[in-house]
Amino acid sequence: MLEEKLNTETTNRRGVIKLWAGLLGAIAGVFPVLASLPMIFDPLRKKAEKGKWVRIASLDAVPDDGVPRIYPVLAERVDAWNKFPSVRIGAVFLRRSQDGEVSALNVSCPHLGCAVDYKESGEKPEFSCPCHNSQFELDGGIKNPKTTQSPRGMDTLEVDPEKLKKGEVWVNFQNFQPNKKEKIAVT
Amino acid sequence: MKDKINNALKWLDDRTGWQGLLKEALYEKIPGGSRWRYIWGSTLTFAFFIQLVTGVILWMAYSPSSQTAWESVYFIQHEMWGGWFLRGIHHYTAQAMVILLVLHTMQVVIDGAYKAPREVNFWFGIILMGLVMGLGLTGYLLPWDQKGYWATKVATNLVAAVPFVGPELQKVLIGGTEYGHQTLTRFFAIHAGVLPALTIMFIIGHVYLFRRHGIHAKEPLNGEEEDFWPEQILKDAVACLAVLAAILFFVIWHHGAPLSAPADPSDQFSAARPEWYYLFLFQLLKYTSAFWGAIVIPGVLMLVICLMPFIGRWKLGHRFNIGLLVVLLLGSLLLTWVAMQEDKNSHHHQHALLDSQEKAARAIVLAGAPAGIPSSGAVSLLQKDPLIQGSRLFAKHCASCHRYDGHDGTGHGKMAKILYREGDSIDVIAEKHGMTIDEILKESHLTREQLEPGKQLTVNFVPTAADLAGFASRPWLEKLLNYKNYTSPEFFGNTEFSNSKMAKFLKDFDESDAEDLAKVAAAISAQAKLPYQAEMDEKDQELIEEGDELIVDGFDCIDCHQYLEPDDEATAPDLTGYGSKEWLTGIIADPAHDRFYGKKNDRMPSFGKDDKLTDQEISLIVDWLRQDYYVPPEGSQAHAGH
Repeated sequence: MLEEKLNTETTNRRGVIKLWAGLLGAIAGVFPVLASLPMIFDPLRKKAEKGKWVRIASLDAVPDDGVPRIYPVLAERVDAWNKFPSVRIGAVFLRRSQDGEVSALNVSCPHLGCAVDYKESGEKPEFSCPCHNSQFELDGGIKNPKTTQSPRGMDTLEVDPEKLKKGEVWVNFQNFQPNKKEKIAVT
Repeated sequence: MKDKINNALKWLDDRTGWQGLLKEALYEKIPGGSRWRYIWGSTLTFAFFIQLVTGVILWMAYSPSSQTAWESVYFIQHEMWGGWFLRGIHHYTAQAMVILLVLHTMQVVIDGAYKAPREVNFWFGIILMGLVMGLGLTGYLLPWDQKGYWATKVATNLVAAVPFVGPELQKVLIGGTEYGHQTLTRFFAIHAGVLPALTIMFIIGHVYLFRRHGIHAKEPLNGEEEDFWPEQILKDAVACLAVLAAILFFVIWHHGAPLSAPADPSDQFSAARPEWYYLFLFQLLKYTSAFWGAIVIPGVLMLVICLMPFIGRWKLGHRFNIGLLVVLLLGSLLLTWVAMQEDKNSHHHQHALLDSQEKAARAIVLAGAPAGIPSSGAVSLLQKDPLIQGSRLFAKHCASCHRYDGHDGTGHGKMAKILYREGDSIDVIAEKHGMTIDEILKESHLTREQLEPGKQLTVNFVPTAADLAGFASRPWLEKLLNYKNYTSPEFFGNTEFSNSKMAKFLKDFDESDAEDLAKVAAAISAQAKLPYQAEMDEKDQELIEEGDELIVDGFDCIDCHQYLEPDDEATAPDLTGYGSKEWLTGIIADPAHDRFYGKKNDRMPSFGKDDKLTDQEISLIVDWLRQDYYVPPEGSQAHAGH
């Protein structure tokens, strides 16, 4: 009888010790992982800039032959600790028709972000993505829906009409989320 | 449900044997029961685990190159979420590990746990100690700040003292002959790859051997046999949490780990010291050559420590071992204490520390400024900063005559040392320096009896040119345009100009002219276009115009000075653009130019014309005097940060 009671007491005592040992051990073990979480998720605080107006070229520098040409986009860029006053942040196709219209397309493929090529060879000039063979019309629309993987046409960018009148091409440069049917700005 | 889980666990156990492994891990027998003296190994393992986790996360944000290391650490410390906290934990856990290593070693030796058959495990422990010390040493360099840079330079130069292959070994370690990108990539690979991998391997070996021989229970056993789980684990967990609490105390107290100014090979960092746990070695190297102090003595001692298991076999061997360890520990503590004491009492070191703290704080302010860090790295921010460089250039080149708010530009130099020569009169010296004789003796640490020719006296510095704090500002000019001030040592009192036409001109004014003179001061000051006065100048246009009229008509200043209109016959310094960047650059470059003092120039060197200062140096002094540098907005993060 007495022995049984003692045994139960020992078991209880061991149970309490087990509980505390497990609890405190777990706290110690989990602590460094918890302390790391803010730094791991730090990138979430970063927000992409909304579209910004960037001067691409003078209007004279864009031939009015309706052929798309690629132009770099230079702008200020903050990369973590560094601040660059003027670096290439992307590229656009500019196309100027004979009536003076200028249209701008982001070179980034709306499928998965490869840089789209302009191809003059073949029957008809077209935009073609070198990665997964998406094909686009010169206005950016999908050319071959059967073989094109991209869910939407190339991303058109706004061109400032007032600046055009003054002989300069300014584009509202912006990147959009890939692989979505709608054009959703990257934020 | 329960059955299903049990089945699944059994399935897994059949294939892995994990239950047996766990059992073996947890149910290690401890003769005599769990004890507090057995906790040290576990606390060390825990500390190492913290280092692994925090280290890998820091790795996610660290960039090892001489243009990005300091910058990325700055970013971790001051910009990233919880970065300062994590870096602080990593920094202070490293130091805790050194203390825990000492305690663990002491426990093992005192308990006699190093004796047969545990010799090899003792050696594993010694190797682990070396690995941890190596981790501390390599980690110290990674922020690429002044502290780490200069301290590690000393450490790697010691490698060159290794016989035969020293210089080659040093080259291999630092990735060439100079410190640079490859020093950092190598140190980083050693710190985050090589040493942790070796440490993990040796910890596994250490624990394996420990389990193979079982715990060395300290006699007398004071209880019944217990298992590792849960009794000893509970004690270990409490100890680990206590260690953690101590670490967190320091992390929060110091708001993370320190970060001094970006490494600058051109800026001799006199405050260079290794981490505190290397101070004993640092101090030893003051007494012995590098070969003896860094190689032979530590090498022989390590050898003796490794032989402890065999020495312990002799009758008095065990006592000898304990004695040796205590002597080594006390010796190290003594050397550390002496090193700290020497630094504390060294005026030079304290001065260097203040200088480094000022630069560190300024580097962090500039890195956080809207202009950001250029791709050339943050070190260029400090090198081009008028606040840091201008003040130091002033102290070096201008402060032997000029003052800045009573000091030499850096807050020092209020006192000067002069030689007490044969025939000097202490009364004359006292009067000249505006002190009593007793004050001079006290400052010079002399008694009246000790005063004799050849002794150095510490006296108030007596300027021989104007105090330039607030140069060309309204208050400065208002003060200048007063006979008493003009002829005082604060302005031209100790120059030939104290008897100039201008001095005589000012003598005729009295208090009734104060208002008009203030207008003149406002007008001339507006010429300077001082950034900190811009708002006032904009607001007081009317006052300034009145001042302009007084200069031209009322007081006829243009009889001698050129003002606004070109005047070939001017005989006194040009007041057009007085105090502007262009004007100041001109006068520092060549004060004897006709536009400034001309032939009347009293002793001021032509710093630019005679190539005493470069254009860039003059520009830094000018911008500093005009307070034309970045000032963070009140209450900004850069202010709040440490």
